[in-house]
Amino acid sequence: MKILVCISKTPDTTAKIAFADNNTKFAADGVQWIINPYDEWYALVRAIELKEADAATAIHLVTVGLADTDPIIRKALALGGDEAIRINADSHDSYYIASQIASIAKEGNYDLVFTGKETIDYNGSSIGGMVAELLDLPYVSLATKFTLEGTNAIIIREIEGGEETCKVQLPVVVSCQKGMAEQRIPNMKGIMGARSKPLKVVEPAAMDTFTSIASFDLPPAKAGVKLVSADNPEELVRLLHEEAKVI
Amino acid sequence: MSVLIFLDQADNNIKKSSFEAAGYGAAIAKQIGVAAEAIVLGTVNDDLTTLGQYGVTKVHTVKNDALNNVDAQVFTKIIADAATAIGATVIVFSNNFNGKAIAPRLSVRLKAGLVSGAVALPDTTSGFIVKKNVFSGKAFANVSINTAIKIISLNPNSFSVATTSAMAEVIEFATTITDAKVKVTSTDKVVGEVPLSEAEIVVSGGRGLKGPENWGLVTELAKLLGATTACSRPVADIGWRPHHEHVGQTGLAIAPNLYFAIGISGAIQHLAGVNRSKTIVVINKDSEAPFFKAADYGIVGDAFEVMPKIIDAVKKMKGIS
Repeated sequence: MKILVCISKTPDTTAKIAFADNNTKFAADGVQWIINPYDEWYALVRAIELKEADAATAIHLVTVGLADTDPIIRKALALGGDEAIRINADSHDSYYIASQIASIAKEGNYDLVFTGKETIDYNGSSIGGMVAELLDLPYVSLATKFTLEGTNAIIIREIEGGEETCKVQLPVVVSCQKGMAEQRIPNMKGIMGARSKPLKVVEPAAMDTFTSIASFDLPPAKAGVKLVSADNPEELVRLLHEEAKVI
Repeated sequence: MSVLIFLDQADNNIKKSSFEAAGYGAAIAKQIGVAAEAIVLGTVNDDLTTLGQYGVTKVHTVKNDALNNVDAQVFTKIIADAATAIGATVIVFSNNFNGKAIAPRLSVRLKAGLVSGAVALPDTTSGFIVKKNVFSGKAFANVSINTAIKIISLNPNSFSVATTSAMAEVIEFATTITDAKVKVTSTDKVVGEVPLSEAEIVVSGGRGLKGPENWGLVTELAKLLGATTACSRPVADIGWRPHHEHVGQTGLAIAPNLYFAIGISGAIQHLAGVNRSKTIVVINKDSEAPFFKAADYGIVGDAFEVMPKIIDAVKKMKGIS
Protein backbone atom coordinates (compact mmCIF):
# COMPACT_ATOMS: atom_id res chain seq x y z
CA MET A 1 0.00 0.00 0.00
CA LYS A 2 1.37 3.38 -1.03
CA ILE A 3 -0.21 6.52 0.37
CA LEU A 4 0.48 10.06 -0.78
CA VAL A 5 -0.42 12.75 1.79
CA CYS A 6 -0.63 16.35 0.57
CA ILE A 7 0.78 18.81 3.08
CA SER A 8 0.32 22.56 3.08
CA LYS A 9 1.95 25.26 5.19
CA THR A 10 -0.46 27.71 6.83
CA PRO A 11 -0.21 30.50 9.40
CA ASP A 12 -0.86 29.38 12.97
CA THR A 13 -4.55 29.45 13.91
CA THR A 14 -3.91 32.40 16.24
CA ALA A 15 -1.82 34.42 13.74
CA LYS A 16 -2.74 38.06 13.21
CA ILE A 17 -4.11 38.47 9.70
CA ALA A 18 -2.75 41.61 8.00
CA PHE A 19 -1.64 42.54 4.49
CA ALA A 20 1.33 44.35 2.98
CA ASP A 21 2.34 45.93 -0.35
CA ASN A 22 -0.86 47.88 -0.80
CA ASN A 23 -3.00 44.95 0.36
CA THR A 24 -1.69 42.58 -2.30
CA LYS A 25 0.28 40.25 -0.02
CA PHE A 26 -0.20 38.47 3.28
CA ALA A 27 2.01 40.17 5.89
CA ALA A 28 4.09 37.16 6.88
CA ASP A 29 6.50 38.98 9.21
CA GLY A 30 6.56 37.37 12.63
CA VAL A 31 3.95 34.79 11.67
CA GLN A 32 4.42 31.30 13.01
CA TRP A 33 3.78 28.61 10.40
CA ILE A 34 2.19 25.24 11.01
CA ILE A 35 1.11 22.21 9.01
CA ASN A 36 -2.43 22.93 7.85
CA PRO A 37 -4.45 21.28 10.67
CA TYR A 38 -6.68 19.25 8.33
CA ASP A 39 -3.61 17.87 6.54
CA GLU A 40 -1.89 17.03 9.80
CA TRP A 41 -4.51 15.91 12.31
CA TYR A 42 -6.72 14.03 9.91
CA ALA A 43 -4.99 13.12 6.61
CA LEU A 44 -1.48 12.40 7.89
CA VAL A 45 -2.45 10.79 11.20
CA ARG A 46 -4.97 8.48 9.49
CA ALA A 47 -2.25 7.44 7.02
CA ILE A 48 0.06 6.72 9.97
CA GLU A 49 -2.65 4.59 11.60
CA LEU A 50 -3.02 2.60 8.37
CA LYS A 51 0.74 2.01 8.39
CA GLU A 52 0.58 0.92 12.03
CA ALA A 53 -2.03 -1.66 11.02
CA ASP A 54 0.01 -2.83 8.01
CA ALA A 55 3.76 -2.32 8.17
CA ALA A 56 4.08 -2.82 4.41
CA THR A 57 2.52 0.63 3.93
CA ALA A 58 4.65 3.51 2.63
CA ILE A 59 3.66 7.10 3.39
CA HIS A 60 4.97 9.74 1.03
CA LEU A 61 4.40 13.43 1.63
CA VAL A 62 4.13 16.08 -1.03
CA THR A 63 4.07 19.83 -0.65
CA VAL A 64 4.27 22.77 -3.02
CA GLY A 65 6.38 25.49 -1.44
CA LEU A 66 9.73 27.22 -1.25
CA ALA A 67 12.60 26.34 1.11
CA ASP A 68 10.78 27.99 4.05
CA THR A 69 8.36 25.05 3.90
CA ASP A 70 11.08 22.60 4.97
CA PRO A 71 10.49 22.90 8.76
CA ILE A 72 6.83 22.01 8.21
CA ILE A 73 7.57 19.00 6.05
CA ARG A 74 10.23 17.84 8.55
CA LYS A 75 7.60 18.00 11.29
CA ALA A 76 5.28 15.89 9.14
CA LEU A 77 8.13 13.39 8.69
CA ALA A 78 8.64 13.43 12.46
CA LEU A 79 5.00 12.52 12.97
CA GLY A 80 5.39 9.51 10.70
CA GLY A 81 5.84 10.11 6.96
CA ASP A 82 8.50 7.92 5.32
CA GLU A 83 9.76 10.34 2.71
CA ALA A 84 8.81 13.71 1.31
CA ILE A 85 8.86 15.58 -1.96
CA ARG A 86 8.85 19.36 -2.02
CA ILE A 87 7.98 20.97 -5.32
CA ASN A 88 9.97 24.18 -5.31
CA ALA A 89 7.27 26.70 -6.24
CA ASP A 90 5.13 29.32 -4.56
CA SER A 91 1.58 29.68 -5.82
CA HIS A 92 -1.92 30.51 -4.62
CA ASP A 93 -3.58 29.06 -7.71
CA SER A 94 -5.31 25.78 -6.89
CA TYR A 95 -5.05 24.44 -10.44
CA TYR A 96 -1.29 25.05 -10.59
CA ILE A 97 -0.75 23.39 -7.20
CA ALA A 98 -3.01 20.45 -8.03
CA SER A 99 -1.23 19.96 -11.37
CA GLN A 100 2.15 19.77 -9.62
CA ILE A 101 0.83 17.26 -7.08
CA ALA A 102 -0.87 15.20 -9.80
CA SER A 103 2.38 14.91 -11.77
CA ILE A 104 4.11 13.52 -8.65
CA ALA A 105 1.15 11.24 -7.92
CA LYS A 106 1.19 9.84 -11.47
CA GLU A 107 4.84 8.83 -11.18
CA GLY A 108 4.36 7.29 -7.73
CA ASN A 109 1.42 5.01 -8.58
CA TYR A 110 -0.31 5.52 -5.24
CA ASP A 111 -3.23 3.47 -3.89
CA LEU A 112 -4.46 6.41 -1.85
CA VAL A 113 -4.09 10.16 -2.02
CA PHE A 114 -5.12 12.02 1.14
CA THR A 115 -5.63 15.77 1.46
CA GLY A 116 -7.07 17.91 4.23
CA LYS A 117 -10.61 19.17 3.57
CA GLU A 118 -9.28 22.69 2.97
CA THR A 119 -6.43 24.92 4.07
CA ILE A 120 -7.20 27.34 6.87
CA ASP A 121 -5.68 30.25 4.91
CA TYR A 122 -7.13 30.21 1.40
CA ASN A 123 -10.08 27.91 2.22
CA GLY A 124 -10.26 26.63 -1.37
CA SER A 125 -11.28 23.03 -0.65
CA SER A 126 -10.23 22.36 -4.24
CA ILE A 127 -6.95 20.47 -4.38
CA GLY A 128 -8.36 16.98 -3.73
CA GLY A 129 -11.05 17.25 -6.41
CA MET A 130 -8.65 18.73 -8.94
CA VAL A 131 -5.99 16.07 -8.33
CA ALA A 132 -8.66 13.36 -8.68
CA GLU A 133 -9.82 14.78 -12.01
CA LEU A 134 -6.25 15.15 -13.27
CA LEU A 135 -5.62 11.49 -12.37
CA ASP A 136 -9.09 10.37 -13.54
CA LEU A 137 -9.71 8.80 -10.11
CA PRO A 138 -12.80 8.74 -7.90
CA TYR A 139 -12.89 11.39 -5.18
CA VAL A 140 -14.57 11.23 -1.81
CA SER A 141 -14.67 14.63 -0.16
CA LEU A 142 -15.10 15.60 3.50
CA ALA A 143 -14.46 12.13 4.87
CA THR A 144 -14.92 11.54 8.59
CA LYS A 145 -14.02 7.81 8.69
CA PHE A 146 -11.83 5.67 6.48
CA THR A 147 -11.28 1.91 6.63
CA LEU A 148 -9.82 -0.62 4.21
CA GLU A 149 -11.56 -3.80 3.17
CA GLY A 150 -9.26 -5.66 0.78
CA THR A 151 -8.81 -3.45 -2.26
CA ASN A 152 -11.86 -1.36 -1.35
CA ALA A 153 -12.14 1.64 0.91
CA ILE A 154 -15.19 2.08 3.13
CA ILE A 155 -15.56 5.79 3.71
CA ILE A 156 -18.04 7.83 5.72
CA ARG A 157 -18.43 11.35 4.42
CA GLU A 158 -20.38 14.32 5.64
CA ILE A 159 -23.40 15.40 3.62
CA GLU A 160 -25.96 18.13 4.34
CA GLY A 161 -27.51 17.28 7.70
CA GLY A 162 -25.89 13.90 8.16
CA GLU A 163 -23.47 11.41 6.70
CA GLU A 164 -23.32 8.66 4.15
CA THR A 165 -21.26 5.51 3.93
CA CYS A 166 -19.73 4.66 0.60
CA LYS A 167 -17.56 1.99 -0.89
CA VAL A 168 -14.98 2.61 -3.57
CA GLN A 169 -12.26 0.55 -5.15
CA LEU A 170 -8.69 1.82 -4.78
CA PRO A 171 -7.03 3.96 -5.97
CA VAL A 172 -9.02 6.90 -4.65
CA VAL A 173 -8.46 10.51 -3.61
CA VAL A 174 -9.95 11.43 -0.21
CA SER A 175 -10.25 14.80 1.53
CA CYS A 176 -10.13 14.38 5.29
CA GLN A 177 -11.74 16.20 8.17
CA LYS A 178 -12.58 15.84 11.84
CA GLY A 179 -13.37 12.29 12.85
CA MET A 180 -10.74 10.59 10.66
CA ALA A 181 -8.11 10.56 13.42
CA GLU A 182 -6.91 12.40 16.50
CA GLN A 183 -4.13 14.96 16.69
CA ARG A 184 -0.71 13.58 17.70
CA ILE A 185 2.43 15.22 19.04
CA PRO A 186 5.71 14.09 17.46
CA ASN A 187 7.96 12.25 19.93
CA MET A 188 11.73 12.62 20.29
CA LYS A 189 12.45 9.44 18.32
CA GLY A 190 10.31 10.74 15.49
CA ILE A 191 11.98 14.15 15.53
CA MET A 192 15.49 12.62 15.51
CA GLY A 193 14.52 10.12 12.81
CA ALA A 194 12.97 12.81 10.61
CA ARG A 195 16.40 14.40 10.08
CA SER A 196 17.63 11.42 8.12
CA LYS A 197 14.43 10.73 6.16
CA PRO A 198 14.61 11.63 2.47
CA LEU A 199 13.30 15.08 1.55
CA LYS A 200 13.57 15.44 -2.20
CA VAL A 201 13.29 18.88 -3.76
CA VAL A 202 12.08 18.96 -7.36
CA GLU A 203 11.58 21.89 -9.68
CA PRO A 204 7.97 22.51 -10.79
CA ALA A 205 6.73 21.28 -14.16
CA ALA A 206 5.48 23.96 -16.55
CA MET A 207 1.77 24.29 -15.72
CA ASP A 208 -0.99 26.81 -16.33
CA THR A 209 -2.45 29.09 -13.69
CA PHE A 210 -6.14 29.91 -13.89
CA THR A 211 -6.49 32.57 -11.19
CA SER A 212 -4.50 35.30 -9.45
CA ILE A 213 -5.13 37.30 -6.30
CA ALA A 214 -5.66 40.98 -7.15
CA SER A 215 -5.94 42.24 -3.58
CA PHE A 216 -7.04 41.49 -0.03
CA ASP A 217 -9.51 43.29 2.25
CA LEU A 218 -10.16 43.04 5.95
CA PRO A 219 -13.78 42.95 7.08
CA PRO A 220 -15.11 46.23 8.48
CA ALA A 221 -14.60 46.47 12.23
CA LYS A 222 -17.59 45.53 14.38
CA ALA A 223 -19.43 48.48 15.87
CA GLY A 224 -18.87 47.03 19.34
CA VAL A 225 -21.04 44.91 21.55
CA LYS A 226 -24.27 46.29 22.98
CA LEU A 227 -24.43 44.95 26.52
CA VAL A 228 -27.75 44.26 28.21
CA SER A 229 -28.01 43.98 32.00
CA ALA A 230 -28.24 40.45 33.40
CA ASP A 231 -31.18 41.72 35.46
CA ASN A 232 -33.16 42.50 32.34
CA PRO A 233 -32.63 39.72 29.75
CA GLU A 234 -36.08 40.50 28.28
CA GLU A 235 -34.46 43.60 26.78
CA LEU A 236 -32.13 41.36 24.73
CA VAL A 237 -35.11 39.57 23.22
CA ARG A 238 -36.72 42.93 22.41
CA LEU A 239 -33.53 44.15 20.69
CA LEU A 240 -33.17 40.99 18.63
CA HIS A 241 -36.79 41.25 17.56
CA GLU A 242 -37.16 44.99 16.97
CA GLU A 243 -33.64 46.28 16.26
CA ALA A 244 -31.65 43.41 14.71
CA LYS A 245 -34.88 41.85 13.36
CA VAL A 246 -33.39 38.36 13.47
CA ILE A 247 -36.04 36.62 15.59
CA MET B 1 -23.41 32.36 -24.26
CA SER B 2 -24.98 31.87 -20.89
CA VAL B 3 -24.49 31.39 -17.18
CA LEU B 4 -25.09 27.79 -16.06
CA ILE B 5 -26.17 27.21 -12.46
CA PHE B 6 -25.91 23.78 -10.86
CA LEU B 7 -28.84 23.22 -8.48
CA ASP B 8 -28.34 20.33 -6.11
CA GLN B 9 -30.95 18.41 -4.23
CA ALA B 10 -31.34 16.46 -1.04
CA ASP B 11 -34.11 13.90 -0.67
CA ASN B 12 -35.66 14.97 -4.00
CA ASN B 13 -35.93 18.62 -3.02
CA ILE B 14 -33.77 21.47 -4.24
CA LYS B 15 -31.70 22.90 -1.40
CA LYS B 16 -32.02 26.41 -0.08
CA SER B 17 -28.38 27.15 -0.86
CA SER B 18 -29.09 26.25 -4.47
CA PHE B 19 -31.87 28.86 -4.69
CA GLU B 20 -29.27 31.40 -3.56
CA ALA B 21 -26.93 30.12 -6.28
CA ALA B 22 -29.78 30.49 -8.81
CA GLY B 23 -30.39 34.12 -7.82
CA TYR B 24 -26.67 34.84 -7.79
CA GLY B 25 -26.10 33.22 -11.20
CA ALA B 26 -29.05 35.11 -12.67
CA ALA B 27 -27.63 38.38 -11.32
CA ILE B 28 -24.29 37.64 -13.01
CA ALA B 29 -26.10 36.78 -16.26
CA LYS B 30 -27.88 40.12 -16.14
CA GLN B 31 -24.63 41.91 -15.36
CA ILE B 32 -22.82 40.45 -18.39
CA GLY B 33 -25.88 40.45 -20.65
CA VAL B 34 -26.49 36.73 -21.20
CA ALA B 35 -29.18 34.20 -20.25
CA ALA B 36 -29.24 32.31 -16.93
CA GLU B 37 -29.83 28.57 -17.31
CA ALA B 38 -29.86 25.90 -14.63
CA ILE B 39 -29.20 22.17 -14.47
CA VAL B 40 -30.88 19.74 -12.07
CA LEU B 41 -29.72 16.11 -11.89
CA GLY B 42 -31.78 13.26 -10.49
CA THR B 43 -35.49 13.17 -9.69
CA VAL B 44 -36.92 16.13 -7.79
CA ASN B 45 -40.39 16.94 -6.51
CA ASP B 46 -40.07 20.70 -7.01
CA ASP B 47 -41.99 22.41 -9.81
CA LEU B 48 -38.95 23.50 -11.78
CA THR B 49 -40.82 26.15 -13.78
CA THR B 50 -40.89 28.19 -10.56
CA LEU B 51 -37.13 28.61 -10.80
CA GLY B 52 -38.04 31.42 -13.19
CA GLN B 53 -38.74 33.55 -10.14
CA TYR B 54 -35.00 33.63 -9.40
CA GLY B 55 -34.23 34.81 -12.93
CA VAL B 56 -33.49 31.44 -14.55
CA THR B 57 -34.95 31.16 -18.07
CA LYS B 58 -34.25 27.49 -18.83
CA VAL B 59 -33.84 24.48 -16.57
CA HIS B 60 -32.07 21.45 -18.03
CA THR B 61 -32.94 18.20 -16.29
CA VAL B 62 -31.60 14.67 -16.35
CA LYS B 63 -34.31 12.71 -14.57
CA ASN B 64 -32.69 9.49 -13.49
CA ASP B 65 -32.70 7.89 -10.04
CA ALA B 66 -29.05 6.92 -10.53
CA LEU B 67 -28.29 10.63 -10.05
CA ASN B 68 -29.97 10.93 -6.65
CA ASN B 69 -26.63 10.10 -5.04
CA VAL B 70 -23.79 12.39 -5.96
CA ASP B 71 -20.70 10.89 -7.56
CA ALA B 72 -18.43 13.80 -8.40
CA GLN B 73 -17.01 12.07 -11.48
CA VAL B 74 -20.43 11.25 -12.96
CA PHE B 75 -21.80 14.72 -12.20
CA THR B 76 -18.73 16.50 -13.57
CA LYS B 77 -19.08 14.75 -16.91
CA ILE B 78 -22.76 15.67 -17.29
CA ILE B 79 -22.35 19.28 -16.17
CA ALA B 80 -19.35 19.70 -18.49
CA ASP B 81 -21.42 18.33 -21.40
CA ALA B 82 -24.28 20.71 -20.59
CA ALA B 83 -21.94 23.69 -20.21
CA THR B 84 -20.42 22.96 -23.60
CA ALA B 85 -23.80 22.37 -25.24
CA ILE B 86 -25.22 25.72 -24.13
CA GLY B 87 -21.95 27.67 -24.44
CA ALA B 88 -21.73 28.58 -20.76
CA THR B 89 -19.02 31.11 -19.93
CA VAL B 90 -19.79 31.24 -16.21
CA ILE B 91 -20.82 28.24 -14.10
CA VAL B 92 -22.19 28.74 -10.60
CA PHE B 93 -22.34 26.29 -7.68
CA SER B 94 -23.27 26.64 -4.05
CA ASN B 95 -20.11 26.17 -1.97
CA ASN B 96 -21.82 23.37 -0.05
CA PHE B 97 -20.83 19.72 0.33
CA ASN B 98 -21.68 18.78 -3.24
CA GLY B 99 -20.28 21.99 -4.70
CA LYS B 100 -16.96 21.27 -2.99
CA ALA B 101 -16.92 17.79 -4.51
CA ILE B 102 -17.85 18.73 -8.08
CA ALA B 103 -16.62 22.29 -8.83
CA PRO B 104 -12.86 21.49 -8.55
CA ARG B 105 -13.20 18.54 -10.94
CA LEU B 106 -15.17 20.65 -13.40
CA SER B 107 -12.48 23.34 -13.20
CA VAL B 108 -9.91 20.84 -14.47
CA ARG B 109 -12.27 19.31 -17.02
CA LEU B 110 -13.17 22.63 -18.64
CA LYS B 111 -9.85 24.38 -17.97
CA ALA B 112 -11.94 26.98 -16.16
CA GLY B 113 -10.62 28.97 -13.20
CA LEU B 114 -12.51 28.37 -9.96
CA VAL B 115 -13.17 30.71 -7.07
CA SER B 116 -14.74 28.84 -4.16
CA GLY B 117 -16.44 30.60 -1.27
CA ALA B 118 -17.53 33.73 -3.17
CA VAL B 119 -19.40 36.32 -1.08
CA ALA B 120 -20.36 38.97 -3.67
CA LEU B 121 -21.12 39.47 -7.34
CA PRO B 122 -18.01 39.58 -9.54
CA ASP B 123 -16.49 42.89 -10.52
CA THR B 124 -16.55 42.80 -14.32
CA THR B 125 -15.53 46.42 -14.99
CA SER B 126 -12.08 45.29 -16.09
CA GLY B 127 -11.49 41.55 -16.07
CA PHE B 128 -13.46 39.22 -13.82
CA ILE B 129 -12.72 39.57 -10.11
CA VAL B 130 -14.55 37.63 -7.42
CA LYS B 131 -14.49 38.44 -3.70
CA LYS B 132 -14.13 35.39 -1.48
CA ASN B 133 -13.58 34.58 2.17
CA VAL B 134 -10.01 33.70 3.14
CA PHE B 135 -8.19 33.06 6.42
CA SER B 136 -11.30 31.32 7.78
CA GLY B 137 -13.51 34.41 7.60
CA LYS B 138 -10.88 36.81 8.93
CA ALA B 139 -10.29 38.47 5.53
CA PHE B 140 -11.39 38.61 1.89
CA ALA B 141 -9.36 38.04 -1.27
CA ASN B 142 -10.34 39.58 -4.59
CA VAL B 143 -9.45 36.85 -7.05
CA SER B 144 -9.09 37.42 -10.76
CA ILE B 145 -10.21 34.49 -12.96
CA ASN B 146 -8.06 34.54 -16.07
CA THR B 147 -9.65 31.76 -18.16
CA ALA B 148 -12.37 31.99 -20.81
CA ILE B 149 -14.81 29.95 -18.71
CA LYS B 150 -15.24 30.92 -15.07
CA ILE B 151 -16.55 28.79 -12.18
CA ILE B 152 -17.77 30.36 -8.96
CA SER B 153 -19.06 28.59 -5.87
CA LEU B 154 -21.11 30.86 -3.65
CA ASN B 155 -20.88 30.68 0.13
CA PRO B 156 -24.29 29.80 1.60
CA ASN B 157 -26.21 32.68 3.21
CA SER B 158 -24.08 35.41 1.63
CA PHE B 159 -26.33 36.59 -1.21
CA SER B 160 -29.87 37.96 -0.84
CA VAL B 161 -32.16 36.68 -3.52
CA ALA B 162 -34.83 38.84 -5.14
CA THR B 163 -37.75 37.01 -6.72
CA THR B 164 -40.24 37.80 -9.51
CA SER B 165 -43.23 35.93 -10.89
CA ALA B 166 -41.45 34.71 -14.06
CA MET B 167 -41.55 31.07 -15.14
CA ALA B 168 -38.70 28.96 -16.48
CA GLU B 169 -38.82 26.55 -19.39
CA VAL B 170 -37.92 22.97 -18.38
CA ILE B 171 -36.00 20.89 -20.93
CA GLU B 172 -34.73 17.31 -20.73
CA PHE B 173 -30.98 17.26 -21.37
CA ALA B 174 -29.97 14.22 -23.43
CA THR B 175 -26.75 12.73 -22.10
CA THR B 176 -25.13 9.45 -21.19
CA ILE B 177 -24.71 8.62 -17.52
CA THR B 178 -21.45 6.88 -16.65
CA ASP B 179 -21.27 4.31 -13.83
CA ALA B 180 -20.54 5.70 -10.37
CA LYS B 181 -17.28 4.38 -8.94
CA VAL B 182 -18.26 5.59 -5.46
CA LYS B 183 -21.17 3.41 -4.30
CA VAL B 184 -23.28 4.81 -1.50
CA THR B 185 -24.24 1.93 0.81
CA SER B 186 -26.18 3.83 3.49
CA THR B 187 -27.12 7.32 4.60
CA ASP B 188 -27.80 8.58 8.08
CA LYS B 189 -29.51 11.94 8.46
CA VAL B 190 -30.67 13.97 11.40
CA VAL B 191 -34.40 14.08 10.75
CA GLY B 192 -36.56 17.14 11.28
CA GLU B 193 -33.82 19.66 11.93
CA VAL B 194 -32.49 22.23 9.46
CA PRO B 195 -28.86 21.26 8.69
CA LEU B 196 -26.37 23.56 10.44
CA SER B 197 -24.91 24.67 7.13
CA GLU B 198 -28.31 26.00 6.06
CA ALA B 199 -29.68 27.24 9.39
CA GLU B 200 -30.71 30.88 9.68
CA ILE B 201 -30.59 30.80 13.48
CA VAL B 202 -28.09 28.77 15.47
CA VAL B 203 -28.11 28.37 19.26
CA SER B 204 -24.80 27.07 20.55
CA GLY B 205 -23.45 25.98 23.91
CA GLY B 206 -19.98 25.73 25.40
CA ARG B 207 -18.23 24.41 28.48
CA GLY B 208 -19.83 27.15 30.56
CA LEU B 209 -22.97 25.00 30.59
CA LYS B 210 -21.09 22.56 32.85
CA GLY B 211 -22.57 19.32 31.53
CA PRO B 212 -24.82 17.67 28.92
CA GLU B 213 -27.67 17.52 31.47
CA ASN B 214 -27.99 21.31 31.16
CA TRP B 215 -28.45 21.35 27.38
CA GLY B 216 -32.17 21.87 27.80
CA LEU B 217 -31.37 25.60 27.94
CA VAL B 218 -29.91 25.39 24.43
CA THR B 219 -32.44 23.02 22.87
CA GLU B 220 -35.49 24.78 24.33
CA LEU B 221 -34.45 28.17 22.98
CA ALA B 222 -33.52 26.56 19.64
CA LYS B 223 -36.92 24.91 19.39
CA LEU B 224 -38.73 28.17 20.13
CA LEU B 225 -36.72 30.05 17.50
CA GLY B 226 -36.79 27.28 14.86
CA ALA B 227 -33.03 27.18 15.25
CA THR B 228 -30.43 24.47 14.85
CA THR B 229 -28.17 23.60 17.78
CA ALA B 230 -24.38 23.72 17.73
CA CYS B 231 -21.50 23.54 20.19
CA SER B 232 -17.88 24.48 20.76
CA ARG B 233 -15.00 22.10 20.16
CA PRO B 234 -14.33 21.09 23.80
CA VAL B 235 -17.99 20.15 24.21
CA ALA B 236 -17.85 17.83 21.18
CA ASP B 237 -14.46 16.45 22.26
CA ILE B 238 -15.67 15.56 25.78
CA GLY B 239 -18.68 13.90 24.18
CA TRP B 240 -21.41 16.12 25.65
CA ARG B 241 -22.70 16.73 22.14
CA PRO B 242 -22.25 14.92 18.80
CA HIS B 243 -19.30 15.91 16.60
CA HIS B 244 -21.49 17.12 13.76
CA GLU B 245 -22.60 20.00 16.02
CA HIS B 246 -19.05 21.34 16.41
CA VAL B 247 -18.64 24.75 14.78
CA GLY B 248 -15.26 26.44 14.55
CA GLN B 249 -12.02 26.38 12.66
CA THR B 250 -11.73 22.60 12.65
CA GLY B 251 -15.45 21.92 12.70
CA LEU B 252 -18.08 23.44 10.47
CA ALA B 253 -17.89 27.08 9.42
CA ILE B 254 -21.33 28.69 9.40
CA ALA B 255 -22.87 32.06 8.53
CA PRO B 256 -26.38 32.23 9.99
CA ASN B 257 -28.41 35.41 10.47
CA LEU B 258 -28.23 34.90 14.23
CA TYR B 259 -25.60 33.02 16.21
CA PHE B 260 -26.57 32.76 19.87
CA ALA B 261 -23.62 31.57 21.99
CA ILE B 262 -24.14 30.43 25.58
CA GLY B 263 -21.16 29.78 27.84
CA ILE B 264 -18.60 29.93 25.01
CA SER B 265 -15.52 32.07 25.67
CA GLY B 266 -14.85 32.71 21.98
CA ALA B 267 -11.35 31.39 21.34
CA ILE B 268 -9.97 32.57 18.02
CA GLN B 269 -10.46 29.08 16.55
CA HIS B 270 -14.15 29.17 17.47
CA LEU B 271 -14.57 32.65 16.03
CA ALA B 272 -13.06 31.47 12.73
CA GLY B 273 -16.08 29.21 12.28
CA VAL B 274 -18.79 31.72 13.21
CA ASN B 275 -17.44 35.20 12.45
CA ARG B 276 -19.44 35.41 9.21
CA SER B 277 -22.72 35.28 11.18
CA LYS B 278 -24.75 38.45 10.62
CA THR B 279 -25.68 38.96 14.28
CA ILE B 280 -23.80 37.41 17.21
CA VAL B 281 -25.21 37.22 20.74
CA VAL B 282 -22.97 36.16 23.62
CA ILE B 283 -24.09 35.08 27.09
CA ASN B 284 -21.08 34.60 29.36
CA LYS B 285 -20.42 35.25 33.03
CA ASP B 286 -16.84 36.36 32.33
CA SER B 287 -16.87 39.98 31.16
CA GLU B 288 -13.33 39.44 29.82
CA ALA B 289 -14.41 36.61 27.49
CA PRO B 290 -12.92 37.41 24.05
CA PHE B 291 -16.25 36.59 22.38
CA PHE B 292 -17.72 39.92 23.56
CA LYS B 293 -15.30 41.74 21.21
CA ALA B 294 -16.81 39.91 18.22
CA ALA B 295 -20.42 40.10 19.43
CA ASP B 296 -23.24 42.48 18.49
CA TYR B 297 -25.24 41.91 21.68
CA GLY B 298 -24.23 40.41 24.97
CA ILE B 299 -25.15 39.75 28.56
CA VAL B 300 -22.48 39.38 31.23
CA GLY B 301 -24.20 36.96 33.53
CA ASP B 302 -24.78 33.41 34.69
CA ALA B 303 -26.42 31.42 31.89
CA PHE B 304 -28.39 29.38 34.43
CA GLU B 305 -30.09 32.53 35.67
CA VAL B 306 -30.29 34.46 32.41
CA MET B 307 -31.40 31.77 29.97
CA PRO B 308 -34.71 30.80 31.64
CA LYS B 309 -35.70 34.49 31.58
CA ILE B 310 -34.74 34.76 27.90
CA ILE B 311 -36.72 31.63 27.10
CA ASP B 312 -39.76 33.08 28.90
CA ALA B 313 -39.40 36.39 27.05
CA VAL B 314 -39.23 34.59 23.69
CA LYS B 315 -42.33 32.59 24.61
CA LYS B 316 -44.12 35.81 25.45
CA MET B 317 -43.00 37.38 22.20
CA LYS B 318 -44.25 34.36 20.24
CA GLY B 319 -47.50 34.34 22.18
CA ILE B 320 -46.77 31.01 23.89
CA SER B 321 -47.37 31.07 27.60
